[in-house]
Amino acid sequence: MFAALIILPLVGAVVNWLIPYDRLRPKVLALFAFAHLGFTIQILSFTPPESAGGWFHLDALGKIVLLSTSILFFTCALYSIGYLFYRRERSNRVLCVGLLVCLSAASLVTITHHLGLMWVALETTTISMAPLIYFNRNARSIEATWKYLLICSVGVALALIGLYFLAYATIVARVEPSLLLDDLMRDAGKLSSGWVHAAFVFLLVGFGTKMGLAPLHTWKPDAYGEAPGLVGALLSGGLVNLAFLALVRVYQLCLATKEIAFFQNALIVMGLFSMIVAAIFMARQSDFKRMLAYSSVEHVGIMAVALGLGGKAIFGVLFHVLANGLTKGVLFLSSGNIHRSYNSKSTNHVRGALRRLPWSGGLFLAGFIAITGSPPFAPFISEFTIISSAFIQGQMLVGAIFLISLTVIFIGMALTVLPMVMGEAPASSETTDYRDTIWTVGPPLFLLLLVFLLGVWIPAPLMTLLRDASALLEVRS
Amino acid sequence: MFSLADQILVLVLLINFISLGTSRLIFSIRAVAVQGVLLGILPGLMHPFSWHLVAITVVIIAVKGFVIPQLLSRAVRSAEIKREFEPFLGYVPTLLLGAIFTALSFGFAGKLPMLPEHQNYMFVQASIATLMTGFLVLTTRRKAISQVIGYLVMENGIFIFGLLLAEAMPVMVEAGALLDLLVGTFVMGIVINQISREFSSLDTSLLTSLKEE
Repeated sequence: MFAALIILPLVGAVVNWLIPYDRLRPKVLALFAFAHLGFTIQILSFTPPESAGGWFHLDALGKIVLLSTSILFFTCALYSIGYLFYRRERSNRVLCVGLLVCLSAASLVTITHHLGLMWVALETTTISMAPLIYFNRNARSIEATWKYLLICSVGVALALIGLYFLAYATIVARVEPSLLLDDLMRDAGKLSSGWVHAAFVFLLVGFGTKMGLAPLHTWKPDAYGEAPGLVGALLSGGLVNLAFLALVRVYQLCLATKEIAFFQNALIVMGLFSMIVAAIFMARQSDFKRMLAYSSVEHVGIMAVALGLGGKAIFGVLFHVLANGLTKGVLFLSSGNIHRSYNSKSTNHVRGALRRLPWSGGLFLAGFIAITGSPPFAPFISEFTIISSAFIQGQMLVGAIFLISLTVIFIGMALTVLPMVMGEAPASSETTDYRDTIWTVGPPLFLLLLVFLLGVWIPAPLMTLLRDASALLEVRS
Repeated sequence: MFSLADQILVLVLLINFISLGTSRLIFSIRAVAVQGVLLGILPGLMHPFSWHLVAITVVIIAVKGFVIPQLLSRAVRSAEIKREFEPFLGYVPTLLLGAIFTALSFGFAGKLPMLPEHQNYMFVQASIATLMTGFLVLTTRRKAISQVIGYLVMENGIFIFGLLLAEAMPVMVEAGALLDLLVGTFVMGIVINQISREFSSLDTSLLTSLKEE
């Protein structure tokens, strides 16, 4: 059953590699993504027991990330049918194959409890995304790809040495050497604190780089800015969550070793710093895709702070994994449409999007309202839970910085988004043959409806899932 | 046999300084290749003979000592560059920093508890020092090839630490790590080719069009 989630996309990748027709590939991609979503829902409702000696074990945390990844991926695959129709000038073979390889590795990250295997899968997602960022094949995209590849590879390398430290800690402690999460948590009390401390630092820096926490976020604006919209959506809504899951695994270990306070403080500091950096760079950003990248830096910051706070914020952050992932999908896909229509990402040229593209412009505006945490959308609930938890715990300073950053970011983002969608298109702006169609508008609209729905009503099974997952991350003294 | 391993680690540390101090790319690639071969010998010195061990040794020497250096040399030749020009930080300062990092890594390793059989050897020291050297090369050099070399040195540092865990880590993770290294270098090689085509040079400091104003 677990194997299906991993093998199915790989089969799709092989099929897509063999297909010689550019127009057929996105349809095959969507078909396999749909099958993956079907399997995901199946596996969420009837979870198989852990297998292969604990290597594969889908717990509630993995389920949340798997669900959000699969939904987002399916939507992006559907979108690719319409999007790639406008990009017929170049072959989409690498894109379609890369996406499916990435989906396979992403599923593996969510279902494995072996930290080494998780690391391999995470590195695979990084590498499989690199050629996709380079889809446009120009000087700017090569620069973005180079930065992405280099910084993320270094980050993942640092995470690996962190894992090695953990493994060595088990050897020194004379317990059964293992990188299985469950074994490590069982033996956590016996591990030498020197090694464990060093391991946590390296793991935080390593996975933090992959997630894009400031000051390790420098690859993000470039990669998100140059990648096609659907790749940006998957990077900011999918890969970010995978890296977050990796950090959560480290967090679980910290809980077991009672070294949690140190790790929590580090998370809060890095998270707040990310939010402040995002607030500063968001203002006067003239490239709307780069603006979205800083929004992503902000949201990984929010997630880190919430994880650091613990308590009720944990529920908030787990819900935020879903909410942020889906909303980022709306924003990136609709911004991709706007980019297609104006053939520019600069807000000097892109104006009056609501008039030219009522659907895409409207979706972009709604996405902006949702991501900045306004009701009635899902991110409002998650962010509100996190903030109230900060104040309930008496972390006034954290809560205050959090709130101020959110406000500044709201204003900064509004200053970019509102002129884009309102008013008239300037005479200087280009027009292309792009028109909103059901294929390019439907997928982001579907995501927006989900974000709205989750904002007003959380279905009972999801609620149970979120509760179970938060229970795994409770601090027990 | 462990004392011979320690001698090899000294050589590895010396090669770190070569990679920090040289501006000739081909020379630097060869130095890293030698480092890779040395690392390939290490597992054989630490464990009793087995076919599994032979296979690992052969694969490591082939990948680290020949395949990857070959890929890099080809990239250097096709881009027609010989030297690293004007690194962000000069050679003498980076060498000094390298020495400081090496000293620090000895201090760091001294604080951590070790298994008695590893107590008197410098695996941890060599590992951290090599890791930091790679990081230093990666951050101070301008050419894309030098940055890849830095990444390889980093990976070598991680590999040294991995030797301490040979029994604890299942084969699958070893293989995965090596594969990732290969694929990573391969992808980086392709990117390097594209950079040289787009900019007719391999100077990553030309990659500044995405800077924040």
